[in-house]
Amino acid sequence: MATRNKTSASTAASTLSDLSAERQLALLEQMQLIRAFDEKVDKLYAKGAMHGTAHFCVGQEACAVGTLCHRHDGDVITGTHRGHGHAIAFGLDPYRMAAELLGKATGYCGGKGGSMHIADVQAGMLGANGIVGGSMGIACGAAFAFKQRAQDHVAVCFFGDGAVQEGIFNETLNLASVWQLPVLFVCENNHYAMSLSAEKATAGGSIANRAASYGMPAEAVDGMDLEAVYTAGARLMNGCRGAGPALIETITYRYLGHSKSDANRYRTREEIAEWRANDPIERYIRTLTERGLLDDERSQALVEAAADQVEQAFGRAERDPEPELSSALEDVYA
Amino acid sequence: MPDDVTFREAMTTVLRETLAADDEAFLLGEDVGVYGGAFGVSRGLVEEFGPERVLDTPLSEAGFTGLAIGAAVMGMRPIVEIQFSDFITHCMDQLVNQAAKLRYMFGGAASVPLVLRTPGGAGTGAAAQHSQSLEAWFVHVPGLRVVMPSTPADAQGLFRAAMADPNPVLFYEHKLLYNTKGSLPDQPETYEIGRARCTREGGDVTLVAAGLMHNYALEAAETLAGQNIDAEVINLLSLAPMDSDRVCESVRKTGRLVVVEEDVRTGGWGGELVTRVTEGPAFYALDRAPARVACADTPIPYNKRLEASIRPSPERIVEAVTQVLANDPGRYV
Repeated sequence: MATRNKTSASTAASTLSDLSAERQLALLEQMQLIRAFDEKVDKLYAKGAMHGTAHFCVGQEACAVGTLCHRHDGDVITGTHRGHGHAIAFGLDPYRMAAELLGKATGYCGGKGGSMHIADVQAGMLGANGIVGGSMGIACGAAFAFKQRAQDHVAVCFFGDGAVQEGIFNETLNLASVWQLPVLFVCENNHYAMSLSAEKATAGGSIANRAASYGMPAEAVDGMDLEAVYTAGARLMNGCRGAGPALIETITYRYLGHSKSDANRYRTREEIAEWRANDPIERYIRTLTERGLLDDERSQALVEAAADQVEQAFGRAERDPEPELSSALEDVYA
Repeated sequence: MPDDVTFREAMTTVLRETLAADDEAFLLGEDVGVYGGAFGVSRGLVEEFGPERVLDTPLSEAGFTGLAIGAAVMGMRPIVEIQFSDFITHCMDQLVNQAAKLRYMFGGAASVPLVLRTPGGAGTGAAAQHSQSLEAWFVHVPGLRVVMPSTPADAQGLFRAAMADPNPVLFYEHKLLYNTKGSLPDQPETYEIGRARCTREGGDVTLVAAGLMHNYALEAAETLAGQNIDAEVINLLSLAPMDSDRVCESVRKTGRLVVVEEDVRTGGWGGELVTRVTEGPAFYALDRAPARVACADTPIPYNKRLEASIRPSPERIVEAVTQVLANDPGRYV
């Protein structure tokens, strides 16, 4: 296959402060919405009001928001099992997500997918995925379609530090690089694959270095810092457009357990507290306050608005109908 | 129309026709380009359509099958070649958890129009890791279609059907078929996936098979005809969906059933077919217990004589039919 010359990334790194005040605040709202959504779901599970399982991205909000705010119409994403944040940052409707989590007919998947399979294929959200690394090939396929059709879109592929040890990580990074596919690989290195720490699992230490060895631009950034993710996202996602792949390793942390059944026996409260002290939302609030774009009152109002939106989404979804039993046999064969 | 087209030529022609008709169709796999495919099926296609339509992949079945799934979700028409069907093990997650599941778990919002071609089966002396018949695995996974052509005409008819199908289709080509010859219909035909065909009418026993085994069954039927046994032969063509209704119809006529499959007997698709016949009203039409001719429950040995000893053959089919007719339970093959 003919390789395309990589367009040189914009040399002037764009920063968050270049954005309008309204847009800067919108990113905060999005992070708060993601957090409010996952905290609500966590509560519903604890109460036994929800079945199955769910994986929360509380603490990781800046990763999805900081990268996906660079998306253009026509770009697509693939998510992970820890995917509520990806979906919300991509623009999916929390109400239809809530309906899916409650197994309702009005959910994104008609109640057949649940937390781990939320998708809006029409819009370009090609699905959360219950298999670690399972969607990496799919993202490459979307990027392949963009290249074949000479479209300047990017496929953003989210995955965690656990997926890096799977064979498909090697296969897809290699394929994306030799075929110069416009995929932005976004690794959310939250330090744990269930209970195994990335330190014990990642030979060589750096995930970004592994990607660099495939000949693609790769950076490790502070995933608790929206500004840092935003800046790297601007550079690397624009570099992908009409060109080849890149990887961002966002160094982040999940405050909550792997899933609702996790008793957190493999890490200390002190460790979690230390990361919480570096919270991406609090940190961004401080930045916006320093810029004179936010005060305590406005900040509180945004938190309440996010919580309210989530409450309304779940309230409405709870009243929605269950799927017809006959739908269990639909959509197997088209 | 030519009546001496090889199965390989028929496949190459239908691939060429597909690539020419649809700009969004592309072929990818190991050595499918300049090399022409390990079995020569894609010979000449890269010269004709270019390396962006006929793509030599790195050795990464999971990666490129995943890529094909993603491209299919985006509306393209990928044709994946897995060089030997044994290598499918590398991409089981992609086939079982991704291709087969996306449509369902996304509530019908996605479609995966992927065709995965792969040479399967034993008889080439290639030993245990290059000779398997793993198709039954995929019959067991809702969301996948599994088809097996027997003749050049079947190859084209089924391939057109597979390309027209919005679902992932596994297209099994038996390695021993590539050099076999047959005729093509005057007008291009598109088969219906899930519809079996009666390829020989008869009243004494129903033989059901697919792929190369169907051809063995026809051969056996000829031998049986010399013994005044009139076998009806049903070519399943598609294992998933499986046209057991057509088989039941035949059993109602003959009262006897012998299923021939090349995969190992235990857990093979033949057991499913026999169950479907016996659990329904066709059970009462049976004069004898059904029989299966299948591979022994063993990996495929390298030695040619050992290999032949555990595989179905026309002779073993004749033997099985003879025993069924002799009503001698316990001695079935």
